[in-house]
Order: sequence, then C-alpha cells, then structure tokens
Amino acid sequence: MNSATPRWTRKDLLGLRELSAEEINLVLETADAFKQVGTRDVKKVPALQGKTLINLFVEPSTRTRTSFELAAKRLSADIVNISAAASSLTKGETLKDTARVLEANHADIIVLRHGSAGAPQFLATRISASIINAGDGAHEHPTQGLLDLYTIREKRGSVAGLHVAIIGDILFSRVARSNIFALLKMGARVTLVGPSTLVPRDFEQLGVTVSHKLDEVLPTADVVNLLRIQHERQRKEYFPGIGEYIRLFGLTKKRAELLKPDCLIMHPGPVNRGVEIDSELADGPRSVILDQVTNGLAVRMAVLYLCAGVARP
Amino acid sequence: MTTLIRNGRIIDPANKRDEVGDLYIVDGRVSEAPDEKREKTEMIDAAGLIVSPGLIDLHVHFREPGFGWKETIESGARAAAAGGFTTVVCMPNTSPVADSPSTIAWIKDRATEVACVNVLPSGAISRNLAGEELAPIGSLAQAGVVAITDDGHCVQNNELMRRAVEYARMVGVPVLDHCQDYNLVANGLVHEGYWSTLLGLPGWPAAGEEAIVARNVLLAEFCDHRIHCQHISAAGSVRLLREARARGVKVSGEVCPHHIALTDESIQNFDTDFKMNPPLRTQRDIEALLEGIADGTVDILASDHAPHAKFEKEVEFDRAPFGIVGLETEFGLFIDLLVHKHKTIGLPRLIEMLTLNPARLLNLEAGSLSLGVTADVTLIDPELEWTVDASRFESASRNTPFDGWKLKGRAVRTIVAGKTVWQL
Repeated sequence: MNSATPRWTRKDLLGLRELSAEEINLVLETADAFKQVGTRDVKKVPALQGKTLINLFVEPSTRTRTSFELAAKRLSADIVNISAAASSLTKGETLKDTARVLEANHADIIVLRHGSAGAPQFLATRISASIINAGDGAHEHPTQGLLDLYTIREKRGSVAGLHVAIIGDILFSRVARSNIFALLKMGARVTLVGPSTLVPRDFEQLGVTVSHKLDEVLPTADVVNLLRIQHERQRKEYFPGIGEYIRLFGLTKKRAELLKPDCLIMHPGPVNRGVEIDSELADGPRSVILDQVTNGLAVRMAVLYLCAGVARP
Repeated sequence: MTTLIRNGRIIDPANKRDEVGDLYIVDGRVSEAPDEKREKTEMIDAAGLIVSPGLIDLHVHFREPGFGWKETIESGARAAAAGGFTTVVCMPNTSPVADSPSTIAWIKDRATEVACVNVLPSGAISRNLAGEELAPIGSLAQAGVVAITDDGHCVQNNELMRRAVEYARMVGVPVLDHCQDYNLVANGLVHEGYWSTLLGLPGWPAAGEEAIVARNVLLAEFCDHRIHCQHISAAGSVRLLREARARGVKVSGEVCPHHIALTDESIQNFDTDFKMNPPLRTQRDIEALLEGIADGTVDILASDHAPHAKFEKEVEFDRAPFGIVGLETEFGLFIDLLVHKHKTIGLPRLIEMLTLNPARLLNLEAGSLSLGVTADVTLIDPELEWTVDASRFESASRNTPFDGWKLKGRAVRTIVAGKTVWQL
C-alpha cells in the first residue's frame, strides 16, 4: 500500500452507511490480495494468528456463517461457532451479558448475525472486541453489500456510472439497504423494483429511483440484483401470492430478453428457483451468483483483517 | 399553621388572576389574610417567582402494584413533587390491572400512606386491558377512579368502545384513550418514514393514531360524552381534533414534551431511551402540535411518565419496552420550548394547560387558588437556567433522552395542602 492509501481506523464493521467511498475502496483492494491467496495451493495466511473469533449467530444462517468461518480459518484465527439454539440466549440471558461472557473469554472478534436491527451497534458501544455485522434485522448486511460491489467491480472494472436494479422485497431486506448505501457512494445509479407494498415510496428519500414496472427498468440495467422473496415470513397483506409476484416481477426467460447482453445477474441466495428468477437464468452465462460466493470469502477476509488484524490506533 | 407566600406573581387562570401579590395558606387551605395576631407564620419569599396552582399531570405510570422495580407510588410521587406536580393520575396497566375496586382501594391506601403528592387512580376500560369485555366501570367509579383508560392498550372493537363511553357517561367519568390501531401499527416501533426506511425498523404510521382519533371523534359525538385522546403525536390527529372541537364535539387531546422536543431522527443510533409509544415523529408533526397548542385545539399537557429499569432498556431496540420517565423534565421542557423558545403560548396559558384544564376534564377541585381550596401550590422560576441530571432524579428509573439538556425555567418549590413537599 502506498502512502496515499487511507488508513483503516475502525474496530467494527457495523454498516456501509457510515463508510466513506475511500474506506469501501480500501476493503475492495484488500480483498483483491486475499482473493489471490485463494488460488494458491496453501490457502492460509497468518494475519489473524492468535486471535479468537466468535461467530455469534442469533439468527440462523448457513452461507454467511460458513463464509466467515472459512475466512477466519484462512487467516489462521481460532474460531468458535455459537448458534442461538445452543446459547444462553435461549435461557433468557441478555445479548449484553452473552457478549460480556465472550469478551471475558478473550474473544477478539465477534461476528454477529441478529434478527434485531441495531444489535451490532448495541454491542459495539459496550464491549471492546471488534464487532462485525453479519446481518441485523432489516437494517444492514455490510459484507454482502461489499461482496456485491466487489463482484460488479471485478466484472465491469468500475461501479461508477452503472445502472443497478435491485428487485424484490426491499422493505425487509438488509441486503438491499447495504447495497443502496454503498452503490450510491461509489457513483452508481440505483433503481428499486418491486410491489409498492415492499418498495414503498419512502425509499426515494435515500436517493434511489423507485419503479413498479420491471419491463421498463430492465433494458437500461447494467446489473440486476434479485432479492429473495421471503414468502415464508411475510404476512399475506404485502402481495396476493407467488403467482402474481412472478407475473409482475419475476425475471423470466422472456423478460430476460429485455436485458443488455452484458448485464450481470446477481442474487444473494438462497435462490427460490422459478420465483425471483427463472432456473436457467440463475445458471446462465450472465449469472455471477457463484462468483458472489467466492468473492464473499475474500471480502470477509479483508474485513476481518482490517478490523482486527493490524494494530489499531 | 399559616404560610405567607410573598410578592410572587400569582397566576390563577381559574380566577383570571395574574398579578404580583401575597398568597396566604391557613391550615392547608388558600385563605384571606388572617388576623394580625396570629403568631407562627411561615414566610416564603416569592419575589421573581410565579405562584401557580399545583401542577397536575393526568398521565403517569407509577407501576404499582406489580412492577415496583421500575417505580413505586412513593418514588413516583417524589418525582412528581420534584417536577412541580401536586396531583398525578396513574394509569391502570399494573399487575394486577387496575380493573377492580379492590386494586383501586389498594392504590388509594398506598398513596395515602407513602405519597407526598396527590396520586389519583384511573381504572381500566376493559377487563385486564384485553379489549374484550367491559371492566366494572360503575364499581371503579364508586371506588374513586377519576377516569377510565386502557392506556398502553387501545380498545379495537368500536362497539365495545361505544358501550364503554355510554357507560362512563352514566357514572360521570371521562374516557381517556391511547390511540393506536393494532392492524395499521402491527409490530411498528418507530415513525414510518425516512428513518424507519433507512434503519430497517418496522414503521408505526401516523395513520395508526389518526384512525383511532377519528373513531373517538365519531363516538364522542354519537355518545355525547368526553373522550380525551392521550399523547397525540401526529399532525393528522391535531387536524381531526380541531375540526371536531369547532363543531362542539366533546373530544380533547394532550401533548407530551418528547413529541415536541425530538424528531424520529433521534433514533438513528438505536438508543432505546428514544423509543416510546407513540413514537417520535417528524418536524412537520412537531409544527402541527405546536399550532394545536397555540390555537387551543390541544388544551392539556402531560408527561406519559413511563419508568423502566436500565436492564430492561439496555437490550436490542425491538426488545426494549416503550417509554421514558418524564415528571422531572416535563415542566422545564414545556416552559423552555413553548414559552421561551417557540413562543407558542404565554405563561398563563401554560399554567392553565397544566392545572385548570386537566382539573376540569377530571372534575377535580384542584387546579385553582380560589379561597378555601386545598392549598396545592407550585412556585416557578421562569428564568432559571438549569441542566437535566438524570443521576439525581427522584424517580426509581433513569430512562430519559434529556439527560444533559440545558433548560430555562423550572418549578422550585412544591406545596401540597399547605406543606412544602419539595424544594430546589
């Protein structure tokens, strides 16, 4: 890194709203180096040797937890996984007490997935370990936002000037919020598409365009990011049913004909094949869904390294 | 025993009085100047101070019976006294719920034993605040409740509410209502708008309050009986009340300090001391509340004093209970914001909204300095600059968003039935 590179001064990664474009770039550049590590025979570096990382997943997750676990192992950290079902949280212990117990066990990093928006902020102001937000309620999922940016940048060279359409359940999506904050900072144009109940007009105040007509948005999109329709947890008032959702907002093969030939198709997973996206498109040449997963590892290594791997002021 | 409060500016809206003068208290009652010969006279120099009827807050939670770790009738009464309040009305969402004459009797006994101010109970509208069947409103009235309310909850069934209002009319108690449509609000936590969108917190839309205010306007008119809308927070509620009151409908509303002091922007750090129900709203709502206060649409002020222990508030935002303590910052905030900062109203009107108007709503003798009434008096220094220090609260709880605020104006002495129960 040359002297012009900004220094990372944060102990925590709570969200992308508070990061500057320079800080985001620093994470992405750091991730470049770690991505290269992943192609070696020996995929392990000693950057977090001797550090202890706790994956505290109060809300269930497989892919994010696995990604963080692999990232930590490749950085040589010691890692413990705690899931809500197996923790004292089910016995009525407060989050604060749980975290203090972890800290008393000398945890250096706590990766927190929690159903409550703001839970990482809550911990970060109360304990000295690094807090990495792995998704809090409908608030933020910063490493997902960063890996999405990384993937766009990797495929298209830059994020600035691109038109990114985020499609689906925006209201309840932490992925959408982290993407919106980061994409706007990096100079992209963002359109949110979905039913009016899940993409309320209030979002326009964040600086994005809101549309309820997918066919009008697709032809100018450089990236479409499809969010999971979480119909298992949604009350029925939000939309009449999956059939109607697909009719209005599903990325079908026919609709995909409207896309530019080089438009990237993204999805944070897990995919509902045939709902948000046609199954063949998810596996097609424009899909970068698996690149997102691979890049997620590099980005998470970068985040852990920056927050806990180097001496902080 | 005689007390002479000398040279204060006596503001007594009930008697349209606003003049510098002396106030005599003889044997606990407001009195004429006694015979010169009376020996033991306590002298209180009130030069530069306002002499007001004792302040009344018709909306507090003293948590007893059942939740004594948050607040007790004793500690709550001390907090009231420290805020300048001589009379408070405590809400029925205790454990057990104040929906039976025996619980009301317990609260009254406890208040007589330990409270340094007048603590008046309200009773529930519905049994166990469940909104399903009427509480024994007639028996509650006989036991001495000054109003009925399901505060913290809201009767959703309009038919049940209609019957409650009719029944309350028969027994002569006003109906106070916490206005919240459960379907519209659902699991809402914060005002639905920019900040809820940004933070991913479930929205509590203004329409969730306005829909019930509108319901209450219709039922107050239909049943010809007073419904008082508690802690209104939204511009639309003010508009509905203004229109209805202009037509003579017996409906009213109260405003709490936090709803004119803070906007929903305050929640951005997920600090649970800014989490209350109804939630903090927008600058536009604040302006509408101020207009409502200025033009008389809103004629009562209250705190919604809602103590919670630190361990209960120090949790994830969505798991924390709603509410903040208010009694010890209420008057300071109101005089600072309404009289000094925004110049919404003058001091006499402010005092009227905290004394005469709630007294009239609740049919209390309190709220005036008329000759012969029990001498509940608050002395106010309208120019005193002070800093809120939550660590010195009399309340058993500290959940306030106003710690460290610099305010101008506060109560400096609280007198209940002629006896000083608190002074700065």
